[in-house]
Amino acid sequence: MGMQRFSGFALARQTLSGHAGWGRQWRSPEPKAAYDAVIIGGGGHGLATAFHLARDHGLRNIAVLEKAWVGGGNTGRNTTIIRSNYLFDASARLYDHAVKLWEELSQTLNYNVMFSQRGVLMLAHNVHDVQSFKRHVHANRLNGVDNEWLSAEEAQEFCPPLRIDGGMRYPVLGAALQRRAGTARHDAVAWGYARAADALGVDIIENCAVTGIVRNTQGAVEAMETTRGRITTPKIGVVAAGNTSVVMGMAGVRMPLESYPLQALVSEPVKPVFPCVVMSNTIHAYISQSDKGELVIGAGTDAYISYSQRGALHISSHTLEAICELFPQFRRMRMLRNWGGIVDVTPDRSPIIAKTQVQGLYVNCGWGTGGFKATPGSGHLFAWTMAKDEPHEINAPFTIERFRDGRLIDEAAAAAVAH
Amino acid sequence: MKRRPPQWRTDMLLINCPYCGPRPELEFAYAGEAGITRPADASELDDDAWGAFLYQRSNPRGPHDERWRHLHGCARFFNARRDTVTDLFAATWKVGEAAP
Repeated sequence: MGMQRFSGFALARQTLSGHAGWGRQWRSPEPKAAYDAVIIGGGGHGLATAFHLARDHGLRNIAVLEKAWVGGGNTGRNTTIIRSNYLFDASARLYDHAVKLWEELSQTLNYNVMFSQRGVLMLAHNVHDVQSFKRHVHANRLNGVDNEWLSAEEAQEFCPPLRIDGGMRYPVLGAALQRRAGTARHDAVAWGYARAADALGVDIIENCAVTGIVRNTQGAVEAMETTRGRITTPKIGVVAAGNTSVVMGMAGVRMPLESYPLQALVSEPVKPVFPCVVMSNTIHAYISQSDKGELVIGAGTDAYISYSQRGALHISSHTLEAICELFPQFRRMRMLRNWGGIVDVTPDRSPIIAKTQVQGLYVNCGWGTGGFKATPGSGHLFAWTMAKDEPHEINAPFTIERFRDGRLIDEAAAAAVAH
Repeated sequence: MKRRPPQWRTDMLLINCPYCGPRPELEFAYAGEAGITRPADASELDDDAWGAFLYQRSNPRGPHDERWRHLHGCARFFNARRDTVTDLFAATWKVGEAAP
């Protein structure tokens, strides 16, 4: 099958032949009648899972089913922020595991995912924020996760466009800075994993929606019905983000999830004006600048569950007001595009990466408003869980049963972000 | 496949409070799935049933019965049926009334 390797040499050679020799980056196979394992959902998490199943666990007769096109869901709709400054030990381990994989991902995949550790600055606007962020800084450092406290002046030095005068309704009192945090090119992550998984023999099947999950008389999964025919498999990994409740419902499993539209916007492209990522929980805004020059802005979720992939105008307006307050020089910029992605939210705002009570059925979901940052770690840990039928030490706390046992990992209350 | 329904919403939902009439979304607070009743015999439940009551939700892609509160109006709770794909409301009704 042989993947066409990308390198400086390959680029020079293609330049001489007018770039006419670049081939397709992954096949478009017909689904087989049976696989050793099937992943439902061709986003970053699902593709990363398939890549690790094939590379680390030798499972090559596997498929990823995607109802539309790879990376067309939340992977292509998020604001590409990557960080690991979560409060609780289990969360810090989980997200920092991912950051460590991000640091090598372009080499791992032989695909430039444009991971840029430009730093994420989280602004404090009131005394509670200051106390809470300092607590995060200390907790993170105990867990080996870099995070430091900056005064307002130091924050402005790190991010010169930031307004820190006292004239704001919510003045900037300081900020927490994670220097290893940053952004990556979201589409490249999906494409890079698809290409690398395909090269290991994984069938990536687009335009294939799952319509039913068949369980045998012992209750174990046996097969699935899809829009492209029946596929027999003993192992199903559901990585369907906002649609997880729907897919799990096909196997008769009710989930502790609710799905909400989360919005993002990009501005017209401009020259480099913004050096880092800035987040504000209190007035709710996220902003960075892409390498194309667009300001990438994250807004909030609607208050009610929905699968509409749009979100209400007043939600994005609210965020733009906050952006204009923090960065007055952006007030006359025009927004080019505005969209929504459907995020599946757990009651404690921590993900589920786990076996289920149904034999052969595994689920990786509940990443809520912040799943992109975890993509490589999520894939690695979920592949481990599916291959060995037991969780890796890092994802062992992230079960479904924690909602029965009361062992919540309550990042909702710890609120790295206020949704 | 044409997925867009004839009457797609524009910028904000218009919600018909059964007490006050149609008002913009901003006046309302969403209050979750309807019909989730706290078990009368909570102390008798096993952990699975209690966890399910607390945390499991239908989260359907399609019609959804839910509670809303006209917070910045009459402040009363009511029930609604809304399609979660189009966000169109099929009906709203008062607490205690039968669903239409």
